[in-house]
Amino acid sequence: MIERLPELVNGDERLVWRGRFLTVEFLVEVGDVPYYVSIHSGRITSVERGPFYTRSWLFAVRASVEAWEKLWEPVPRPGYTDILGLMKRGEARIEGDLHPFMANLRYIKEILVAPRRLRGGC
Amino acid sequence: MHLRLGGRPYRVYFEEAGRGIPLVCLHTAGSDTRQYRHLMVDPAVTEHYRVLAFDMPWHGKSTPPPGWQEEEYRLTTETYVEAIISFCRALELDRPVVMGCSMGGRIVIPLAAEYAKELRAVIGLEAADQVQSWFDNTWLHRPDIHGGEMGAARVSGLLAPQSPEETRWETLWGYMQSGPGVFKGDLYFYFYRAESDFRDFMARIDTKVCPVYLLTGEYDYSCTPEDTKRTAAMISGAEVIIMKEMGHFPMSENPELFRSYILPLLEKIRSQK
Repeated sequence: MIERLPELVNGDERLVWRGRFLTVEFLVEVGDVPYYVSIHSGRITSVERGPFYTRSWLFAVRASVEAWEKLWEPVPRPGYTDILGLMKRGEARIEGDLHPFMANLRYIKEILVAPRRLRGGC
Repeated sequence: MHLRLGGRPYRVYFEEAGRGIPLVCLHTAGSDTRQYRHLMVDPAVTEHYRVLAFDMPWHGKSTPPPGWQEEEYRLTTETYVEAIISFCRALELDRPVVMGCSMGGRIVIPLAAEYAKELRAVIGLEAADQVQSWFDNTWLHRPDIHGGEMGAARVSGLLAPQSPEETRWETLWGYMQSGPGVFKGDLYFYFYRAESDFRDFMARIDTKVCPVYLLTGEYDYSCTPEDTKRTAAMISGAEVIIMKEMGHFPMSENPELFRSYILPLLEKIRSQK
């Protein structure tokens, strides 16, 4: 699902525009599998499935497969509407240099739930 | 209106509509009375209730006090209670119902404990005696992050997915317009964990004198239904309603659905002696 972020995000002109000041490499971990996500001025330029050893990332968002699946339901259930809700439940960890994450919080949250679109969500 | 709070002069903006039992509405942290604009134009409410909503100092059209530019805004139980009671007394409201959401829901607990005889009932929306903090609120007020956009993004997951797009984004716009450091200062009160204070308040509430109604949306993960039920269990006679397909901002995010919950309750309060 995460591997499809480029097609899910880059075609949404307004979403890309909201991330126009963000250029960053960060980690998304789905269960045991790390994905290195590269963003350049709001466009997802690559998503690479890891692990890659000694590779840098600025911040990481980690959750179990089950938690991500619930987050990506087209109509999420209570407690699973956004990544912050998962974090509050102890089902996600967000760590690293969080300044770009916070400064672009709406954009980051929106790209992390973009896989809902694959199941008819919005 | 002009109020003197903590010995300082404040200019407080408020709106009202309707005639009948006074219903004082308290907005959430980081926002303002626009959250109640739907309720205020609902004839089913204004037919029997005089709906009043005031902007807390530093919010909406209520200016901060002179000298604010050198201060860090911070809300406490004492200053919040003082503002609400001062507002009610300044307008000589006859036993108003006080309804508040989020931090406005939390404050109805000390209000019911200490001012029961002056109130007809309290309604806490998304209210609990205390809620667990899960976020470093320092992020909300710093020069290298837009506090308004960040504040709105921080709360956007608290709305129910079923809430209409238009009212969802109007609710979030209110957060985007909040003044620097104000949302953060409100959350000082909202997350304040002086446990003994609120346990004491809850023990002192006599719901036969001042009924307590607590309504919480199932999608609220800041104040969860479990938080509200736990709180109600500690207030003898308190009533709880869990609102399906509703989030943290019932009166603002989905006014139509909120009507289905609030109208019967207002009718019940009206028919009380």
